[in-house]
This record gives sequence, structure tokens and C-alpha cells, in this order.
Amino acid sequence: MLRATLKSLLARKLRLVLSGLAVVLGVMFVSGAFVLTDTLGRSFDAVFSSAYSQTDVGVAAKPKIEMSEMEGEEVQAPFPASVLDEVRSVPGVAKATGTVAADGAQVIGSNGKVLTSFGPPQIGQAWTGEDGLTELREGRGPTADNEIAVNVTVADAAKIKVGDQVRVQTLEPAKPFTLVGIFGYSGGRDSLGGVQEVAFTEKAAQQLLVGETGVYTGITVKADSGVSHTKLRDEIATKLGTGYEVKTGQQLSDEASDSLKEGLAFFNNILLGFAGVALFVGIFLILNTFSIIVAQRTRELALMRAVGASRGQMIGSVLVEAIVIGLLASVLGLGAGVGVGALLAYAFGSLGGGLQMASVGIPLAAVISAFVVGLFVTVIAAVLPALRASRIPPVAAMQDVATPDRPLTKITVAGAVVGAIGGALLGLGLSGNAGDSTLWTILAGVLVTFIGVALLTPLISKPVVALLGRLFSWSVPGKLGRLNSGRNPRRTAITAAALMVGIALVTGVTVILDSAKSSFTSLAENTIDAELVISGTQTGPRPPSFDPAVLDQAAKLPGVQETAGIYWDRAVINGENDGVTAISDVAALTDIYHAKATAGTISSLGDDQMLVDADTAKDKGLSVGQSLTVQTTRGDAKTYTLSGIYEASELYGGFVLPVAAAKDFAVPKPTQAYLKLAPGTTVAQVQPQVEALLANSPEVSVADRATFIDQQTSSLDGVLQMIQILLALAILIAVLGIVNTLALSVLERTRELGLLRAIGLRRAQTMRMVTVEAVVISMFGAILGVVVGSGLGASVVRALKDQGIDDLVLPWAQMGLFVGVAAIVGVVAAVLPAIRAARLDVLRAIAHE
Amino acid sequence: MTATSASDTHVAARASDVWKVYGSGEAQVIALRGVTADFERGRFTAIMGPSGSGKSTLMHCLAGLDAVTRGQVFIGGTQVTGLGDAGLTKLRRDKVGFIFQQFNLLPTLTAQENILLPLSIAGRKADQAWFDTVIETVGLRDRLGHRPSQLSGGQQQRVACARALVARPEVIFADEPTGNLDSRSGAEVLGFLKRSVREYGQTIVMVTHDPVAASYADRVVFLADGQIVSELLDPTPEAVLDTMKRLDVLTVGVAE
Repeated sequence: MLRATLKSLLARKLRLVLSGLAVVLGVMFVSGAFVLTDTLGRSFDAVFSSAYSQTDVGVAAKPKIEMSEMEGEEVQAPFPASVLDEVRSVPGVAKATGTVAADGAQVIGSNGKVLTSFGPPQIGQAWTGEDGLTELREGRGPTADNEIAVNVTVADAAKIKVGDQVRVQTLEPAKPFTLVGIFGYSGGRDSLGGVQEVAFTEKAAQQLLVGETGVYTGITVKADSGVSHTKLRDEIATKLGTGYEVKTGQQLSDEASDSLKEGLAFFNNILLGFAGVALFVGIFLILNTFSIIVAQRTRELALMRAVGASRGQMIGSVLVEAIVIGLLASVLGLGAGVGVGALLAYAFGSLGGGLQMASVGIPLAAVISAFVVGLFVTVIAAVLPALRASRIPPVAAMQDVATPDRPLTKITVAGAVVGAIGGALLGLGLSGNAGDSTLWTILAGVLVTFIGVALLTPLISKPVVALLGRLFSWSVPGKLGRLNSGRNPRRTAITAAALMVGIALVTGVTVILDSAKSSFTSLAENTIDAELVISGTQTGPRPPSFDPAVLDQAAKLPGVQETAGIYWDRAVINGENDGVTAISDVAALTDIYHAKATAGTISSLGDDQMLVDADTAKDKGLSVGQSLTVQTTRGDAKTYTLSGIYEASELYGGFVLPVAAAKDFAVPKPTQAYLKLAPGTTVAQVQPQVEALLANSPEVSVADRATFIDQQTSSLDGVLQMIQILLALAILIAVLGIVNTLALSVLERTRELGLLRAIGLRRAQTMRMVTVEAVVISMFGAILGVVVGSGLGASVVRALKDQGIDDLVLPWAQMGLFVGVAAIVGVVAAVLPAIRAARLDVLRAIAHE
Repeated sequence: MTATSASDTHVAARASDVWKVYGSGEAQVIALRGVTADFERGRFTAIMGPSGSGKSTLMHCLAGLDAVTRGQVFIGGTQVTGLGDAGLTKLRRDKVGFIFQQFNLLPTLTAQENILLPLSIAGRKADQAWFDTVIETVGLRDRLGHRPSQLSGGQQQRVACARALVARPEVIFADEPTGNLDSRSGAEVLGFLKRSVREYGQTIVMVTHDPVAASYADRVVFLADGQIVSELLDPTPEAVLDTMKRLDVLTVGVAE
């Protein structure tokens, strides 16, 4: 039995390769994800254990605001220099060095642009001299407050050399410095994981990075030889008391590495998303292939039954085929996955500015998941065809095989039920009642809905395919092709459903994004009453910002009626973590955003007063006159009186502090500004002057309102591109499915094709017939996908009404494009099967059993 | 040769010193050894012979389904040998009709659509009067809207006959048309073929191994070992059977 199975498997190599390819792709992404995270993880481990190699024990003050990874980066609170003496007095401390370091020292390159970073921080620090880790490559450390040294990564990226005048922006706007040294790290490394470092004198660092002198952000302790690090840590902690975090170098290294690895989960999820789509579509493909093979081998299988094979053996024989394909696909997928993982790790490393890659490893998890996923998917897909094979009666061997069209009642009922369950899951997820598992509920809902629609497809396919086919019925080959595509609704349906999944996904996302864009645009047009906007694109963890002096200068320009600069920070308000803003001119809240007071007054704000929007006030039970304690990222906590409550719009809400508070924000500079022009003044008159003011703030630019809205919504285009890659993948697999189905159909209809050729069908006509069949199937899939995708997208948009997305935009042009692309896809998929059909030897085809 | 055949208007198909060799060296099989035969217009010719005598090969070569190794084949005034695929397709479209043992109908089309298929492929319109005549002859008037799966074997083969007849080809080639039918259905099918020759002047060349089927023909050509060995005019089943028996002896003798 096993031998017979393997032989029949070998006889149909090509079509098994085609159906296995989807599994290969899926497995590739799964194992690629594991290899990538493993390689990057070990690389980061190496970076951090090296970065903390000179630290036996590290001391830092507790941050003023504790934040999760999602909320942003914690900012180390500074502590007085006297703490250093306390640490030094602890027995066992050989050497203690006070350090000043903070993220946010941005060098302006020789081209006038701010050096950006995609991930790794831009650290500014006090120069503490060479140690076992830091090594000067050129020049010397800074000794005057207008001197800096940078690491090789910065020097290379900014194209600067020792002796150059270099501008650096910190908490303060860009200031010029003399570059006196370039340093690297032990082992010839140019950076530690792509981190950009700028070293100042201690005093300059304190002033520029912390905002006050005589303070440190950390202490690096070297222990006397023979002193246990953990014991020393505990002794220092006891000495300093609460308010300080004292950790060993090992601990610090592990924590830093772990938190970065969490960030990697994002990449992992993208890859796993790709894998999910590939595998889901792959299931359709394998199911179809096995179904057709079983149908074609009815006689052979019945013969086996007739000569004594049991039903179990029939099931076994199909499943063994599936297992063999699954195993092969897993091995190939794993191999490809290691390649993809290594490639991505390499790309990630070079993009991040030279992370030293650890050697590529194959984690056990990658191997296990590759085989589990590959086998599971193939076997699941083969179960139904296997059951069908086992139900073939032995007598079928004796009859002329006429597989009657099984009624579609059962499958339709099943589809309706599954579809309803999917809809219910979606509804639950979108209503927000599913709690923590909202995302999963929605995903499961989408998945189950797809399966439900796929089950309903055979029923839908009859009228739709007939209608679509009319487009091509003007010629005889076209008509034959249309009839062929309608003759096996199940087969057509599954093939089309594979295409549907990809197109539905991308249509759904496009509907959501386009609706969001349109909603945002109309909202912004209706609520922002300003002609010019200063803003920049955020690339790293810190928002782009500019010199607050620009605001005053802009306000004095002729034609500018009002300016409003927005500052942003995270804060702890009465013990709760929240966001706060400050507006340079609080009147703008009324004039530019048209906010209305619901209680108190909002047109002015004293230095110890604050505002809040009505929704937040209601949530937290706040009322005018109440006192609130606010701790911003830096400085001390301060008490404010709530002096006004305003009605929030989607574009402006939350707590508003007086602009004086902004000096203690993580970024004490405005990140955005709105300029309202005097009546009769045109944008063209003012814009160039504002541009001139921003010459020293290269991170931001000034744009009119329409351009600003475009800039804001263009971030959505990135998401769309990601989805389009996903679509390309899903379409690729669906094309394989169409090729597969057609190839099998052509084989199955060999005799028919022979007959048609015998009675005078030309080769070209034969090819046209096969092509029409493919185009009808693929267009059907695309139309189904567009309809299902619009439905999914529309229901999400409806659910997001509360979030301000109230325009439903259906991307007609794109949907038309998808159907058009699908038609092309059909033509492409038909090429090989059509050539094969046209090349059939007429005589042999007629004699074909 | 071309000139002679073109002028011979009473000849519908002609084989002239046709050789067909399969394989080479040790495995070489000679299926036809210099067969020369004329098939007259408006006559019903049967080709008979034991298994392996080359009768199907001869028919395939005559119909342009298979290429000959040597010699020439003509259908009407057209030399078949040497035509490319496009030429052969046009020949099959315009000059040749087929009836197969396994009916070979398209399951997606109704009986009527199957019958009209060769015409629609060629982009020609059916002559309504002729179509009605054919339908009456094969007795399918009430079955035209049915699909092949809803028809019996005999009915399917009658559809196939009608399909071959409706285009009025130069020659209809029938390959064991009754092979898959019971004797009554077989007799019906052979009856139409004979009528279409008698009444409408259709030319039919039929390959069969059934003496009763052969007896419907005007002339029987006997093949053995790739050569024409005998011929009967206005055959009876008994005469055909006798000739076949003699051929069997002859063939066995040759083999020994």
C-alpha cells in the first residue's frame, strides 16, 4: 500500500510541487521569523554585555515617570553630585564615576540635515575618558564647553572630521561646537549596535542634556577585586535608600537586551502575518489538488477497494501523500527560512547603523515550528479528500466514471453557519466587548468569515460565473471556456476563494485607511482654523521639534495674526499616567481649534492653572477649582488649579498646562505650531519668511494646511504598502492555485480536447478556451474578494465611528484595478496549461482513458 | 499524382503507397506496408482486419490524425501529407467528420450544441433544412436540449453521428462506432450511416472488426499485416466472416 502511494506521488510531481509551494512559503516565513529574532537577539546580547563590561554596579535615580515600552522611553532623573561621594564611601568600591547621558543629542550633518536614527538612540553624554570599552581613534576628548567628540558612526553618517565646526541640537536649539575627537570601541567596533554618541564636557552635558548643572544621571562603580557584585550592589542600595535603582552590570545588560527584544516582536508579527496568509491560502490549494487527484483516480481507488483495501487504508494512502508533501515542504521552507532570516538580520543590522551580527543560528523553535506548521497544514487540507476517497464504492471500478454533481445543499448550509459565526465573532470584536482579546477575536472573525464565504462560494459561483462568462461568450472558444469554468462549482469556488482571501484583505484595509484619511481630512479642514502649520516627520523615538524663539519671531511677522506652538510630554497627574500639552498662546485653543468652554474659562491660563477637556473631566470626575499634582518628565512635581474645562474635538483634547511648564518636558521645545494669518494676507506672502526663521530648525518645515493634511495622512500610505506586499504574496499563491487547477482540468479533459482538435478547433482557439476559463475563475475570485473586503472594511469603519472615522470611502478605482489585475493574473496563470492543451497529440488524446 | 487525384472527382479519399513505421531498430513495427486504396465518393466503405492488421492506423492516416512515414494521402483534391497543424486543422474543420467508439461528446454542451459544434468552431451557420433532415434521420428531435449525461449510449452515438453529418464533410471516418453499443442500438446507428450514404450521397469510411457491422457497407477492404489482402463488394455477414477466417489462417501462417 505504501509503495503504491509513493509511486502515485512520484507520478504527479509537478502538481504536488505547485500545491506544496504555498506551504513552503508559509513555513519559510515562520522559520525566517524565528531565525531573525534569534540572530538579532544574540547580537543585542553581545552589544549590551560589552556596553556594560566596565560596569560592576550601576546607580541611577528612579525615573520621574515610569513608562511601559508602548508609552515611550523612560527618562533618567538627574540626582545631585553629592550622591557620588556617598557611593565612594561604601567599602568595596574601587572606583565610582559620575555619568551624564541622555537620548536626544542630534548632530546636524555637513549637508545641513539632522542626523536621524531608525531605532538606536542618539545619546549625548559627558566625556569620562577612555576606558576598557571606549577608545579614541582620532584627536582627543572635549576639554572646553564648546568642544565635542563623536563616535565613528556619527562621524561617518554626518560626514564630519576632526577640526570641523559641527552643530548639535539637544534640549537647547542647535549650537555650534568644534569636533576635537572621534572614538570607537574595543574590538575595532565603530558603534555599539548602531547607537550614535556625542560626548561633551561634563558641564556642557549637564546643561544641554539635563538642563541643570551639578547633577549626574548615573554612577558607574568598579568593585575592589574579590568583592561580590551583588553584595556591593545591596550595600550601595542600602546606603542610598529608596529613590535609587542600583543594579549589577549583568542585570543592566540583561534588562536592556530584553527590552530591545520585545521591540523585535513587531518584526516577528509581520513575518508571522505573512506566514498566516500564505498558509491559509495554501490550505485551499492543497485541498483542491487532493480533491481533483482523488476524483481523477476514482477508478484506481475503487479497484484497490475491490481487491481488498480497507477504508482506513484508503484514508491512510491519501494522508501519507499529504505527510510526504508536508515534510518536503517543511524541509524546503526551513532552508529558505534560514536564508530569509539571515538576509533580514543582515538588512536590519546595516540599516540600524552597523549592528555587529552574531553568526546565524537555527534555533530549535524554528525547526519544530517549521515541521509542525508544514505537516499540520498539509494534513488538515488533505483530510476531506481522504475521507472522500474512502467513500468510493468498489463498484466504481467497473462503471464508466461519471462523478455526478453532488448537491450543494450541505456545503451551503455549512457555509451559512460558519459565515454567521464569523460575523458574530467580528461583531463581538468590533464592538469592543471582547476586552483584552479584541484583536484576536477580530482576526478569528475574519478567518472564520473567509471560510464561511469559501463554503458559500460554490453556490455563488453558478450565477456569477455564468454572468462573467457572458463577457467572453461571443466566440466559440470563449463559450467553451465559460462552460468549463462552470462545470465543477466546487473546484472553481476553492480556486477563486484562494484569490479572494488576498484581495479581500487588501480591499478591507484600503477601505479602512481611505475612510480614515477622508475623515481626518474633513475633520482637519473643519477644525483647524490656521493657514500655515510648522511640523516635521517623526523618525525616531523623539518627536521633531524646533526653537521656541521661532514662535515669537513668527508672531512679529507682518500678516501673522496669531501663533500657537504645541509642546507635548507624558506626565503623572494625581498619580495617574497621562499625556499633557502646553500651548504657547492658550487663546489659540479658542481661535484656531474653536474649542468651547463648558466650565470655567479657557481663554487665558495662569502659571499655576491648567485646563482639561470635558470627556476626560467626566471620566476622572474633575471639576473647576480642583487642585491637581502634575509631575512632568523632568523637574519637580507641581500643583495646578483646574481653571477651565473645554469641549474636546478629535484633534485636540486632554490636559493643557501653561507654557511655562514646558521647560520641564522631555522635549522642552514645541513640536508643532499653527499660524493664523490676518485677513487679506496670503500664504505665499508669509510662508517664505517663516521658512527663513526655521533655517536653524532642520527637523521641521512650514506648510499650508492642505499640504500639512497630506503629510499627516501620508503615514497611512506606509501601512498600505505593507499590505500590498502581503497582497502580492497572496496573489502569487492564488496564481499557483489557478495554474494547478487548470493543469489538472486540462489533464482530466484530455479526450475532450482531442475531440475538439479533431473536429477543427485551432491551437490558438484551444489556448483561448483555457485562458477564458482561467480569467473567469480569477475575476470571480477578485470580485468576491472586493465584495467581502468592502464588507469587512465597512464594518470596521462603522465600529470606529467613535474614534472619529465617520466617512465611509470605497476605493472604486482600486477595486476596479484589483479585478483588472485579476484578469491579467488569469491570463498569466493560463499560459502553461493552455500551451499544454494546445500541444496535445490529437490521436493520443482521443484514445486517452 | 496531385493532378490525377484532383481530376478524379469520384474519389473522396485516396491512399497511395502509404507506409507507416513506428519506432526504429529492434523495436521497429511496420503498421502499413505500401497501402494503395481509393475510397469512392458517395459510398460506404468498411475497413476490416484482425487486431494489429493496421486498420485503425490506415484510418488515422487517411484522416490526417497521424503522419505517414512514406507515400501520400488525399482528401478530395487536397494532399493531406505535408500539411502543418494549421492546414490539418482546416482540413478536419472543412472536409472531415469523425465518429468515435467512445462517443466523445462535450459534457458541458447540450445535444444540439454538440451537433453544431464543428460548424460554430468554423464560424459557419448551419443549413436549417439540412439540420432538420439530419435530426429527423437520427431521431433526436425531442432530445436536443439534453446533456450527454442524460442520454443513453445509443442516443449519445446518434448525437455523434449527427455532429459528423451536419457539416456535410467530404468524408466521415468512423472508428468502431458500434463498439460500445448493444446490438439494437448498433443496428440503429449503422442504419443511419447507410441511409446518409444512400439518400444524401455522404462518403463514409468505417473501421470495424464486427462482420455484421461491415455488412452494412457497400464495400469491405480487408487488411492483414499492413497490407490490403482482399476486398468484397455488397458483402453479407457470412461472406465477411468467411474472409476473416481465411485471413486468420493466413496471418497465423505468416506469424509462424
